[in-house]
Amino acid sequence: MGIVIFDGVAYGMLLFLIAVGLSITMGLMNFVNLAHGSFAMVGGYAASLLMSRYGVSFFPALAAAFVAAALIGAVLEFVFYRRLYKAHPLDQVLLSIGIVFVSIAVFTYFFGPTMQPFQLPPLLDGRVSLGGLEVGRYRLFLIVCGVLVLAVLLLGIGKTRYGAMVRAAVDNQRVAAGTGIHVQRLFFLTFSLGCGLAGLGGALSLGMLGLEPSFPLKYLVYFLIVVCVGGAGTITGPFIAALLVGVVDMAGKYYWPEAGAFLIYVVMIVMLLLRPNGIVPRKGIA
Amino acid sequence: MKTLTLTPVRLRGAEIVFWLALASCFFLLPDKLTLMSQILIFGLFAVSLDMALGYAGILTVGHAAFFGAGAYAAGLLAKHGWGEPFSGLLIALVVCAALGYLLSYLVVRGADLTRLMITIGVCVLLAELANRLSGITGGTDGLQGMVMWPVLGLFEFDLFGKTAFLYAFGVVLVMFLGVRLILRSPFGLALRGIHDSRKRMLAIGSPVESRLRMAYALSAAVAGVAGALLAQTTQFVGIESIGFNRSAEVLIILVLGGTGRLYGGMIGALVYMLVHDAFADLNPEYWMFWLGIFLIAAVMVGRGGIMGALSRLAKRSAP
Repeated sequence: MGIVIFDGVAYGMLLFLIAVGLSITMGLMNFVNLAHGSFAMVGGYAASLLMSRYGVSFFPALAAAFVAAALIGAVLEFVFYRRLYKAHPLDQVLLSIGIVFVSIAVFTYFFGPTMQPFQLPPLLDGRVSLGGLEVGRYRLFLIVCGVLVLAVLLLGIGKTRYGAMVRAAVDNQRVAAGTGIHVQRLFFLTFSLGCGLAGLGGALSLGMLGLEPSFPLKYLVYFLIVVCVGGAGTITGPFIAALLVGVVDMAGKYYWPEAGAFLIYVVMIVMLLLRPNGIVPRKGIA
Repeated sequence: MKTLTLTPVRLRGAEIVFWLALASCFFLLPDKLTLMSQILIFGLFAVSLDMALGYAGILTVGHAAFFGAGAYAAGLLAKHGWGEPFSGLLIALVVCAALGYLLSYLVVRGADLTRLMITIGVCVLLAELANRLSGITGGTDGLQGMVMWPVLGLFEFDLFGKTAFLYAFGVVLVMFLGVRLILRSPFGLALRGIHDSRKRMLAIGSPVESRLRMAYALSAAVAGVAGALLAQTTQFVGIESIGFNRSAEVLIILVLGGTGRLYGGMIGALVYMLVHDAFADLNPEYWMFWLGIFLIAAVMVGRGGIMGALSRLAKRSAP
């Protein structure tokens, strides 16, 4: 029982890492971005390639994954996304599905359709005893990462000037622009940051979910569930939702394997019925 | 966006020519009849999506849920001893209308993002269900062993797809005319009003939510008929009939043809399936690449699809 919850929490942290950027960009610009998983994939492949072909060790590869995904995100924001903020959600959905398709095709072309090989660094391999519970070191590391990122984001959003501007823009974009905040630049930075976090999550998922070109479609629904159930535009909402999704999914796979992914969709529909604006609704729509 | 660019008489003429051209394929392209049936079926599916997306403005990326549900309903019926085609269609229609009406309570409330989530969620949920209940649905192998009775008790489904084409043509034409009637009724006008300005429609006392629910259920029913037609004419239901990829595909077809236009779905299906058929031996990854490029280009450059381009052209030539 304990180990199931632990693994679920580790899985949830991974989902949180990938989805938190999506939550902010959806809340900030109301942009329906279905391509978020592609940025996670970029990060994952960057880390995997650096490690397997160039012998870079695990931790620098994680940093590189963040940078690579953030760069790609910045370029795509500059070329495509910023032209569509005011567009109909259908256009945004179509654009992001297009990006997902292209990314899947490109990664299959260059790296083949198989799963990327991954070797855990010796430091994170094996198990460690924690309060009478034998837990995997890697999963413990995931949880530490997740909590760290949550703390940094909460502090950054809550205490810094940049965070205050993001909060203002999420709450009311027009008034924020009226006070002299350069919303477009703010979004550019936030989008890149969110993509970078997704890339980091993608690199970390190498050891847990596995990485193949169909990654963005396979886990798309999970990211969206985390954001929707948690509440777009917040940070704590997706965190709670990610833990919920992680634990429920993991418990379902252990105790009721026939149901498979079924349980999680049921949870999503029930949650959206109970709280249509998310667990932590953002200000202004509550 | 939806201005008439042809006079009503010429418009009707164009419509008749369009359907006659499709029917003439029976004589002109006798070795392509299976493809033509599929084009008709996907056209109907795209038209059903257009009812929800283009006319009512309900953002949905999970319409394959109904297509698949209809296909499985008709398929299971035929597998378990009732192969009469028309009643099979009718049952698929009723099942999907009921399913759509139930789901509409979930879908209509909430913002665009929530709608999108619910539709995707339900679609993958049903896909997962079809996958898990492999004892009933055949799982990833697909549903096999359907036995269809002759159409009207007279025409057997033959190997060359002649009966299948005529049957599909008849059903699609009837369904299309039904949709056309609905969309040109006061109900259809109310939907356009809601699509263009929900607030104003509320202000003039239009029951917005119940109109949207009705539109969604009707659209689900038409999608179910399309699915059932595919199941009956191919006598097989694959697991890919239901799921996200099929939903994205029909969205692409509709966008290619043009949303919010009666013939957008049909034209889109025609072009999409013909191109797909021409590049059938292409590696699926490349196909996906070009689809993605097309989607990005469609959003960035051209709006309105083929029908949009046609009406711009017609406007220019007729000052």
